[in-house]
Amino acid sequence: MRRNKAAIFGLAIMAIFLGLAIFAPVIAPYSPDEISSAGASPPSWQHLFGTDDLGRDVLSRSLYGARISLSVGAVAVVIALLLGTLAGAVAGYYGGWVDGSIMRAVDVMFAFPSIFLILAIQAMLTPNIYNVMFVIGLTSWMGVARLVRGEFLRIRQLQYVEAARAIGCGDLRIIFRHMLPNAQGPIIVAATLGMAGAILTESALSFLGMGVQPPMSSWGNMLMDSQAYMRDAPWMSIIPGLLIMVTVLSLYFIGEGVRETLSPKERHAGS
Amino acid sequence: MIEISNLTKKYGELVAVNDVSLTIKQGETLGLVGESGSGKSTLARLILKLIEPDSGRIDYQGIGNIRRECQIVFQDPQNSLNPRIRVGEAIAEPIVIHRLLPKSAINDRVAALLEMVKLPIVYAKRFPHELSGGERQRVGIARALASEAKFLILDEPVSALDVFIQVEVLKLLKELKARLGLTYLFIAHDLSVIGYLSDRIAVMKEGRLIELGDKKAVLISPREEYTRKLLAASPRF
Repeated sequence: MRRNKAAIFGLAIMAIFLGLAIFAPVIAPYSPDEISSAGASPPSWQHLFGTDDLGRDVLSRSLYGARISLSVGAVAVVIALLLGTLAGAVAGYYGGWVDGSIMRAVDVMFAFPSIFLILAIQAMLTPNIYNVMFVIGLTSWMGVARLVRGEFLRIRQLQYVEAARAIGCGDLRIIFRHMLPNAQGPIIVAATLGMAGAILTESALSFLGMGVQPPMSSWGNMLMDSQAYMRDAPWMSIIPGLLIMVTVLSLYFIGEGVRETLSPKERHAGS
Repeated sequence: MIEISNLTKKYGELVAVNDVSLTIKQGETLGLVGESGSGKSTLARLILKLIEPDSGRIDYQGIGNIRRECQIVFQDPQNSLNPRIRVGEAIAEPIVIHRLLPKSAINDRVAALLEMVKLPIVYAKRFPHELSGGERQRVGIARALASEAKFLILDEPVSALDVFIQVEVLKLLKELKARLGLTYLFIAHDLSVIGYLSDRIAVMKEGRLIELGDKKAVLISPREEYTRKLLAASPRF
């Protein structure tokens, strides 16, 4: 119950952030690139969150940055889920050498410190927002694969899978119609946690200058811009930092909440 | 209908089915008894080609598509139905897979099948967990019949149910067999349940077929000591 409250809180925060991101052009008091004051000015009625070193409104940049950060997180997670679910399902369903080779590939991917892998790939590609989404997705599917494989190993033992085979279902039908829907709980949890991770990775990449490129704003590159002004204009770093933290926490709360509510029911219905 | 010759299936060191030869005649109910681990269920899965034998062969007479014409009713109706698939869809699935009927005719067929196993038609919209054990087993039977199977393996179909419901399900199975001209392989570990339906009884022990004969012969004057022990362990009927 306590966790559910946290999950609902997280859901509410995410809904608000999503709304703010979608309606950024309507809500934002300034254009994100507009120079509306001379140099960094502290929060005031004209600039609720202050302005950055170039005199751009931090609130407006944060709102537009939310669009970038949230969509990078969402798209990266969708890519990771598709890859991870497919790999995990195939490994768990077929077992044997198929399972062995897929899971060894997962181990190898896990063994790379992913941030270096991402940096290396990003260095070869033009650093734009689509490549960021793609690269984060490509380097974060392994956890999902392990999770889905585990679920498939469990579900494969259940009699309804044998029953499906007995009535003549093919492999694809068994995997997608009979097994995947029964594995969706952990996948939803992985999605929310994965999105939090993807948003953090995007921030880190942009912070290192390898992610979303200026003048486009994301929470990560706003943080990067603020580095030199940490003492003189703390609002420049505090605002995007807080936004990242609150978003990641909200997603974690949602993930935990889903996990809590799903697990007893799953146990009841599953085996 | 089904002729099994010298069938053997090993799992590592364990010989689950050991050189079994057996004929299942059209229209009969062959009872198959034995303790758990005696190889009954392995034999059932071999007959359905869910697993491949190590040696021996099975000949099917009058059966074209095994997946369509041979079906199985599992022991535990709790686990043999997918918790996320509605009863109606579960029953319709064999029809869909084998493309037996046009889409528009499927609902009527599902309704007819539900009626056949004496379940209300509104159950089509329910999920398995909303049904009792006996009702779920009836759904399992309806699903097995959906593709117009001629041969049904009943793998301990009532052993997970209450005694009162056992009798109802056994009656239903007997009635369906007469009505549809089915052939059954009825697997149980309990001779009293098997006596009700079977024409002939086969006894398995440690993977081997040790006794096979008419129901009366096996129940009244078993040749094997082991069968006598099984009989003594079963409740009177």
